[in-house]
Amino acid sequence: MRLHPILAALRPHKTGVGLIALQIALTLAIVCNATFIIGQRMVRIDRPTGVAEAGLVRISQQWLDAPVGDDAAAVEQLDAMQRTDLAVLGGLPDVQQVAASASMPLQGMIWSGYLTLVPQPTAPNVQAAYYYGDEHLRSTLGLQLVAGRDFTASEIQHRAIRGTAGSSVVIVSQPVADALFPRGGALGKTIYQDGKPATIVGIVRRLQTPTLSAWGSGWSYNSVLEPMRLDGAAASYALRAKPGREQAVMREARKALLAVDPMRLMPDSWGVQPFSEIRAKVYRADRGMALLMGAICLILLCVTAAGIVGLTSFWVGQRRKQIGVRRALGARRIDILRYFQLENLFIAGMGAALGLLLAIGFNFWLMHRYALERLPTAYVLAGMVAMLLLGQAAVFVPARRASRVPPVVATRSV
Amino acid sequence: MFGYYLEIAVRSLRRSMGLTLLMVLAIGFGVGASMTAYAVFRAVSGDPIPWKSSRLFVPQIDAWGPAERGGSGEPQDALAYADAMALMRDHRAARQSAIYAVAPSVLPTDASRTPIPLDGFAVYGEFFPMLDVPFEYGSGWGSGDDARGAPVAVIGDALNRRLFGGANSVGRTVGIDGRGYRVVGVMKPWNPQPAFFDVVDTGGFGGDGPDLFLPFQAAIAAGMENAGSTNCPKGGTPAAPGFAGLQSSACTWIVYMAELDDAAAVRGYRQYLDEYAREQQRLGRFGWSPDNRLRGLRAWLDHEHIVPDDTRVSMLVALGLLLVCLLNTVGLLLTKFLRRSGEIGVRRALGASRSAVCMQFLAEAAVIGMAGGMLGLLLTGFGVLAADQVLPMDLTGLAHVDVSLLLLAVAVAVLATMLAGLYPAIRASRVQPAWQLKTQ
Repeated sequence: MRLHPILAALRPHKTGVGLIALQIALTLAIVCNATFIIGQRMVRIDRPTGVAEAGLVRISQQWLDAPVGDDAAAVEQLDAMQRTDLAVLGGLPDVQQVAASASMPLQGMIWSGYLTLVPQPTAPNVQAAYYYGDEHLRSTLGLQLVAGRDFTASEIQHRAIRGTAGSSVVIVSQPVADALFPRGGALGKTIYQDGKPATIVGIVRRLQTPTLSAWGSGWSYNSVLEPMRLDGAAASYALRAKPGREQAVMREARKALLAVDPMRLMPDSWGVQPFSEIRAKVYRADRGMALLMGAICLILLCVTAAGIVGLTSFWVGQRRKQIGVRRALGARRIDILRYFQLENLFIAGMGAALGLLLAIGFNFWLMHRYALERLPTAYVLAGMVAMLLLGQAAVFVPARRASRVPPVVATRSV
Repeated sequence: MFGYYLEIAVRSLRRSMGLTLLMVLAIGFGVGASMTAYAVFRAVSGDPIPWKSSRLFVPQIDAWGPAERGGSGEPQDALAYADAMALMRDHRAARQSAIYAVAPSVLPTDASRTPIPLDGFAVYGEFFPMLDVPFEYGSGWGSGDDARGAPVAVIGDALNRRLFGGANSVGRTVGIDGRGYRVVGVMKPWNPQPAFFDVVDTGGFGGDGPDLFLPFQAAIAAGMENAGSTNCPKGGTPAAPGFAGLQSSACTWIVYMAELDDAAAVRGYRQYLDEYAREQQRLGRFGWSPDNRLRGLRAWLDHEHIVPDDTRVSMLVALGLLLVCLLNTVGLLLTKFLRRSGEIGVRRALGASRSAVCMQFLAEAAVIGMAGGMLGLLLTGFGVLAADQVLPMDLTGLAHVDVSLLLLAVAVAVLATMLAGLYPAIRASRVQPAWQLKTQ
């Protein structure tokens, strides 16, 4: 079929054609960027933390009767309280393992610093999160040790939260080892943490930092395990439950800790929570954004499809007589159907071409203002194809109605 | 006449139910989505202290030097202890206060004797008049108490209820972290969102509002640790341990706010900050030239990205949806109106003026807009409820539906639909009566 009659027939409907094309273009621009945002959020949500998440529980609590001050006696007393808690938790029937664990991936509370190969902290450095804990930390979190060994009990030190003592040995994540020693051989080497020397005794495959904030996004897998219990009025623990016993562990742990010392703050909201809850909380905003964008895309597509149905129906109604004439002159039903389908393909094609420009422009603007990433061409191309298909789907019903106009219409006046 | 138009409109809309329903749905969803996004945006981008925000300023001093700046090239958003104290000593603004977050606990005198953890701030006495903090009983403290580090406290309404049953507790003593503080003021419920006086530590949103304010020097003397964030330069982690070590370090952890009442005062304060930094450079503490900032409160909230990017992007996308819905309505109204060319021809032939025809169709658009607006209202209500389920925790409960939002939703729906109907109505009014009558 030639395009010329279609163009000629559309000339009196410039406004309607323009409206549909513009609507398709805007829909394409928004849907492309929205689905891109959805895709990015899904990727973000699906990132692995490196810990074995099922069965992991975090306890975070604050002693209300903690000794005041940060003198040596107070620190010793706090450490004793922490060790008592750890012993009690370790004795619970459903607990497989327990460790002192000041922070946890995704949880938000973060200590971080700069790693260097020389004592000067201002030398070229690698930023990393410090995970303070004891010799059970690596295995309780379920981190995969790829080289070296765990901490031994004798290596574990303790200090006040604002103390200045540094660790003598550390376990680093693979990205830290790679960044400091691009040629390998990190194991056994001495590195400096904010100017204090420590020897790498182990390397874990992967461990995400506790923060998802923008300032930490450049080094989100740079983590270091520190053999150090932090002593303060607040202390946190990591628990590994026996398979399927997560809920029981949470109940037991709460009861046991309150039995040791009832003067502690351990609210439901953040006191005892399974890792799955930490994950759900931290990605709530991303999931919400993805949902919202999805809902908007759905509405947009429906509205645009409905608009195409509406306008095409009107045109069909207007051209009943012409259709009748064509049919009377020998056009088959399929020819009429094809005619409207081709017409729509032409309009949707114009809209999609304009939409391509709009989508890229919108994306540029979002990149500039809101630090979004560049929209991959594949998204736009897929979007264009989707818009053409949407147009075809929407036009089918009115086009079929047009094809059913009987030739006899030509002989009647309207 | 308008009533007659409305009657025609309703009758005509009834005749083509499908098309009408389509338009109402499109307007309804467009308005619902954009109003929901706007409700969230409005909740997080509002001015927390509109009558005074133009006179409140946040100074930033470059205490770490150019080598320590991140990609933004901006100086730190909080001050080191030494700088905050110097600014307080020089006292160059009309009112000013250094601020840091504390999290002590209070021992109630009732039978439970269970300590209550508190969210508080250590501030100077000028904080209260500067930010127009509302008091139920008593007031803030004076400069004498600041200088002495007197053990006095301003407590929040909720804490006053918890401790004293809501009675006037001025003059009573509260035991905070084992020390007695005399209550000098009880605030009315006060929980500005964002918590603009310390967005660095609060992140801006969430929480039940501050329970407690203590004199800055009293909190320092009691060794009450900073409960907010602490940032240290690469080479500048505290040399000495403990809270004292933090105070003598270059780490930044103190927020500062100043009231400057006119442009001259702002200029003067800028100059002062630069002089101060130059003086530090002369003394050898800063090895770089001054690079300070003095942002007004609104600019400061922008700088701290208090409105999440997600909220802005959602708002944009929702407005895009509304735009598409309107384009859609233009198209559908055009078909709907022109389909009635015959009727228009008759009306015109019987003497109706073009503007009368135009008015008639605008009335029809307004009716659709009204119906779409009603649907939009309903969807906005659902949307705000649903938004609370998916928004970040600290933003839940902030967005709400109120009369102004409802009015806005209906106004947007009606005006937008009439705007969308303008072109189709004009086209309809241009229909040639003779031609239409001939083809009948």
